[in-house]
Amino acid sequence: MLSEKVKVSFILNGSPVEVEVPSHHTLLEVLRERLNLTGTKEGCGKGECGACTVLMNGEPVCSCMLMITQVEGAEILTIEGLGDLENPHPIQRAFMENGAIQCGFCTPGFIMTAYALLMKNPNPDRKQIKEALSGNICRCTGYMKIEEAVMNAAREVK
Amino acid sequence: MIERQVSVVMSIVGERVVRVDAAEKATGRAKFIDDMKFPGMLHASVLRSPYAHAKILSIDKSEAEAVPGVYAVCTHEDVPGKNRHHVVTDDQPFFAEDVARHYGEAIAAVAAETRELAEYAVTKIKVEYEELPAALGLENALLDEAPYVGGEENIFRRYKIRKGDVDKGFDESDIVIEHKFVTPYQEHAYLETNGALAVPGSVGDMTVYGTMQCPFYVLHAVSDVLGLPQNMVRIIQAATGGGFGGKEDVPSLVAAIAAVLACKAGRPVKYILSREEDLICMSKRHPAIVRIKMGAKKTGELTAIEADYKVNAGAYVTLSTIVLWRGTVHVAGPYRCPNVKVDAAAVATNMVPCGAYRGFGTPQVIFAHESMMDELAFRLGMDPLEIRKINALCVGDETSTGQVITEEMGMGLMETIERASEESGWAEKRKKYSNQEGETRKGIGMSTFLYGVGLGAGGNYMARAGAHIQVYDDASVLLAVGTAEMGQGMKTVLSQIAAEELGCPLENVSIIMTDTSHVPDSGPTVASRSTVVSGNALRDAAMKIKAGLYAAVSKKKGVPPEVMESRDGAIYNRENGKMLMTFGEAVNAATGTRKHLAAQGWYISPNTDFNEEDGHGNIYFTYTWVTQVAEVEVDMRTGQVTVEHLTCAHDIGRAINPTLMEGQIQGGSSQGMGYGTMEEILYDKKGRMLTTSLSTYMIPTIQDMPDVTPIIVEHPYKEGPYGAKGVGETPLMGIAPAVTNAIRSATGVPIREIPAKPERVLKSLEGEEIL
Ligand code: FES
Ligand code: FES
Repeated sequence: MLSEKVKVSFILNGSPVEVEVPSHHTLLEVLRERLNLTGTKEGCGKGECGACTVLMNGEPVCSCMLMITQVEGAEILTIEGLGDLENPHPIQRAFMENGAIQCGFCTPGFIMTAYALLMKNPNPDRKQIKEALSGNICRCTGYMKIEEAVMNAAREVK
Repeated sequence: MIERQVSVVMSIVGERVVRVDAAEKATGRAKFIDDMKFPGMLHASVLRSPYAHAKILSIDKSEAEAVPGVYAVCTHEDVPGKNRHHVVTDDQPFFAEDVARHYGEAIAAVAAETRELAEYAVTKIKVEYEELPAALGLENALLDEAPYVGGEENIFRRYKIRKGDVDKGFDESDIVIEHKFVTPYQEHAYLETNGALAVPGSVGDMTVYGTMQCPFYVLHAVSDVLGLPQNMVRIIQAATGGGFGGKEDVPSLVAAIAAVLACKAGRPVKYILSREEDLICMSKRHPAIVRIKMGAKKTGELTAIEADYKVNAGAYVTLSTIVLWRGTVHVAGPYRCPNVKVDAAAVATNMVPCGAYRGFGTPQVIFAHESMMDELAFRLGMDPLEIRKINALCVGDETSTGQVITEEMGMGLMETIERASEESGWAEKRKKYSNQEGETRKGIGMSTFLYGVGLGAGGNYMARAGAHIQVYDDASVLLAVGTAEMGQGMKTVLSQIAAEELGCPLENVSIIMTDTSHVPDSGPTVASRSTVVSGNALRDAAMKIKAGLYAAVSKKKGVPPEVMESRDGAIYNRENGKMLMTFGEAVNAATGTRKHLAAQGWYISPNTDFNEEDGHGNIYFTYTWVTQVAEVEVDMRTGQVTVEHLTCAHDIGRAINPTLMEGQIQGGSSQGMGYGTMEEILYDKKGRMLTTSLSTYMIPTIQDMPDVTPIIVEHPYKEGPYGAKGVGETPLMGIAPAVTNAIRSATGVPIREIPAKPERVLKSLEGEEIL
């Protein structure tokens, strides 16, 4: 039942890393269990909730659906690479200040998706925001304050 | 460089301060249960019953035990203490013994080096079952030939209300209507599944971390299951990724399994449920059938309400009796009616035990009574708004349990009706939407209801709470309370209350995750109670701290403590408004004179009572009053309903933090919309759940959510901290009937079963009488 181990190298939050892990492990498992980056969350493990969203080469992906071997050579950005307690990224700050966070379990995934959106489209309208965030589920907020946060972040980021 | 301003906040209560836990959550630093690790930690996996009802003939765990890397395999035989989960009664085992009573009931558990290994070892446990006939569904369980599940002929508990004389009331009425309403399961779908991490200590003690709403429930469960005195058990809450009631009683089951494994393995054990497992075996909102008969005068006044309310409790009692009780006392709605008769029953079935979910047995009856109010308006040719205004309770009126509504409770029902209808443009829209033709039609509907805050007469003995405040010599302040943060914002609201009360800057205050070793049993974090009870306990502790500070200031300044007041980060002489010392200086003076700057606070809620014979009593100390308006568009060809706008007016006494309040209203509304239009759990005919993922159990996404306009109405509750009542649950509760009433306004067709999925709406449109 245990698969062979593989060596995989990639760029994580700007620094090169190499891991040796069973080949069937997902990027999410490797981030959380091996690399101790627990900011990326597992809400379903099946690509249905977006809690595990990270950026791979600038694109938002569900890290629970990505086999670690697919990550070879890629650039991965996680919530930990975006900002920290002292210097949160403007998107993180917008989520904090707009009341877009309740339990916070969906938050890292939403922020990463929003970041990917704003990198490509610094001026999204409501419809575009809703489209971009439609793969992320939040059970607490009813989404309105998340949408407002992304709007305000767009102003800031510019 | 900009100099950092010395923060003098005028008042902290009522301000839109940023959540105290926002930064850690926005940066991914917050520690949820699955983010924690301990040296030597093992991972758990649980074997669950594949049958809805079966005898367990034998369990052979030898092969699983032989798997390298497996440290413990446990069944009920390995429970060192009591294999019984105590909630209301003691009927639910942590591990099934000779019979499995629902699909997904825990049978055995494994702790192994990795989660994968544990999952593998579970498949090596051999169980011999003998399948038994199962009682699946509420109505089936009441048939003569139904297999016995529990209680008295499959009824765990009954409640009733007898007020006035309903026969007389119906005789006096000009119109009598009667209908049956059906409501579904609802899954909490908190984004973080249930989980716990048990860490054995060096003296036989056990510490359990977990995602939970009620650390003291977990304390009792772990102490029971391990047979340990409570002072050898410590429960520490981890950051909790949503609860909504779904982490009230079931975290005890999860923690108990982790603790039994950890005890046997002698190592820390982490047990995190997969989404599928969580959906299958954790608690849900009770499916229900409500029949209501209403009598009214031509002018709209209600003369009699008769209701029969049945919930599908599942295989064990757990919280069902209290859920049933809450529904019973809310079924007559926020209306004046002299004659009320209610009969309610919790029915035992071979299905997952249902428990707490925002509203706790009330959304079911609100769907019924609010559909009935619209039916009545329709039959009398009245505006649904008018019929509600005519019957709405006022100060001095009695509820269905005979409780007289007082000014002191805070009574803003009429204001919620008026403001919600004005803000939503009720009158114009109703006119505009009458006589529509064409394939898409718009509609507007409303719901009005009341909700008892706190545990009420069902939980008097638990209606108290503790709090601890410690002031350090650098003037920083640490708070500990016994209720829990699960995303609703309790830590922030309570920090605001403590800072306001102490008169210190909010930045000085921090609050720890709830830890049962710091505060005495404070009851559960449910029933929208934590702002009131923990808030008042903190105020009690703050008074004691201020006594120490004032004594020290008095000694230095020669001003008597009686004239001092704390506000805006300082202590003032109330008589001349002069500042005596800043909070920091006062702390300095107090520590210098060896004052005790740590205090425990305690709060006991006012007594409530309920007479089981006739259902009379002053059952809650206060009520939240709510009116919700929904606007929809219905596609007449497909039955597709689009909710276009929600307007929600809540009288919550006082908003300690309006941003958090709006967040509660908007978030609750989305769960209410899901309940009314899309969320549904399906089983096969053997009682096995089919909707075991978030792609089959659908909840609203950002694309589904309309704008929600929150309206905060503030009629202060005299005993509440700064007048606050509680808001945790109500935002969800009336959305479903507001939406179905709007569908009726658009199409002329009533919807008496939710969720109003397109198939169901279409059938109603085609004139098929579903009920
Ligand atoms: S955890 Fe990856 S999408 Fe849900
Ligand atoms: S804040 Fe809890 S799921 Fe989004």
